[in-house]
Amino acid sequence: MKSITTIGAEETQALGQQLAAHLQAGDVILLDGDLGAGKTTFTKGLATGLGIKRPVKSPTFTIIREYQEGKLPLYHMDVYRLENGGGDELGLDEYFNGNGVSVVEWSPFVTDELPEARLVIHLTRDEADDDLRHFVFEAHGNRYEQLLNQLEADRHE
Amino acid sequence: MAQERELILAFETSCDETSVAVVENGNRILSNFVATQIKSHQRFGGVVPEVASRHHIEEITIGIHKALTEADVTVADLTAVAVTYGPGLVGSLLIGVTAAKTFAFAHQLPLIPVNHMAGHIYAAHYVEPFSFPLLALLVSGGHTQIVLMTAADQFEIIGDTRDDAAGEAFDKVGRVLGINYPAGKEIDRLAHEGHDVYDFPRAMIHEANYDFSFSGLKSAFINKVHNAEQRQETLNRADLAASFQASVVDVLVAKVSAALEKYPVQQLVLAGGVAANHGLRDALKETLATRYPQTRLVAAPLPLCGDNAAMIGAAAHVELADKHFAKMDLNADPSLEFAWQA
Repeated sequence: MKSITTIGAEETQALGQQLAAHLQAGDVILLDGDLGAGKTTFTKGLATGLGIKRPVKSPTFTIIREYQEGKLPLYHMDVYRLENGGGDELGLDEYFNGNGVSVVEWSPFVTDELPEARLVIHLTRDEADDDLRHFVFEAHGNRYEQLLNQLEADRHE
Repeated sequence: MAQERELILAFETSCDETSVAVVENGNRILSNFVATQIKSHQRFGGVVPEVASRHHIEEITIGIHKALTEADVTVADLTAVAVTYGPGLVGSLLIGVTAAKTFAFAHQLPLIPVNHMAGHIYAAHYVEPFSFPLLALLVSGGHTQIVLMTAADQFEIIGDTRDDAAGEAFDKVGRVLGINYPAGKEIDRLAHEGHDVYDFPRAMIHEANYDFSFSGLKSAFINKVHNAEQRQETLNRADLAASFQASVVDVLVAKVSAALEKYPVQQLVLAGGVAANHGLRDALKETLATRYPQTRLVAAPLPLCGDNAAMIGAAAHVELADKHFAKMDLNADPSLEFAWQA
């Protein structure tokens, strides 16, 4: 378990960018946090880190947006609409087992479809200061423990 | 003269409306069957893709029958079949695409693929004929774009949202206010009872481009409500709605104005679900009247702002003239977009 606090949207993006440097094909990242917690902001940074120049737009409407132009494809999913089920018919596993990085927002709505090995990032807005965002990283599986170590080493440089 | 009638049977199933229409010569609606699933989705606070697909399957053959009956035409009278093939929810799109392909194949009719966003723009074509070039402001649950049309079938994006669509911001803010999906109409109504007192940010309003951002507004709104709750204060809902709507409308109007400075066109088309918003319609009308008198606002008729097949039939009329037909391998393209201006 690892915690990081960012101040302002730029730092949140920078954190996403830092994590992106260590990502590889097949990585699955779950972003859990309420509306306005910074999930899309973090994903924008992550996309920049993957070399994606196109703006990352909210995938709420279409559920999945794919970005193929970076060093790895990015599959950005928002299953906000699946609060009452239906996630089993979307073929999400094809993305999780695909050649890119999957970033999933509102993942508790599709718990049954998620792979066991994954990185969960809990985002919360600070109770007192609207600019502060708290990130708690939770690695499930060796791959993600290693990823967190790399991120940590990066931040200590 | 009967043989000169061009009749298009159009299908639209990109999201949560199942619609089938018969359109004559691209400018006359003979029928426009629309089965909405809003009631069912209100329970879920949004569109549920799997539920949406099932509803489409249940409604689509009924829709074909009703559209033909109401239009008082037979299959033999039809000139072509048209269908939305994107953007939208893949499961929903596939029902319309499959139905249209099957119908076209069975009756040996040409199949016209239509971009849903072109359809939205062509909803305004029922108000008056287009003269090019024109600008279109497309605002819906999934899109917020300014599009330049240089010809009947030429669409170029000159501005787009960098994060959330305007309609999405309405729905998410509505959720915070406890308003049912889709929240736009109720927020619009509340806004007229309140005042813009909270001064929410107008993101990117001074930047020299035609792009939008509504994610920060959503966060600012949530913060405002959240902080008041912590102080155990209750904010006036009408004022919250008015302040939120004022921010969205100000930014949309400012960016459209900037686009009109660069492209002094004769027509500004307003289309998409959020085009039904009275605050937006009134603000655009006033801005054009005072600052851009050479430009007319051509707003899609209220009943055609939401998703419907009549608008698809109007857009298909242009494609039919160009003989842009699809083969039987036509597939749904959930991420279909107009190209950016070169």
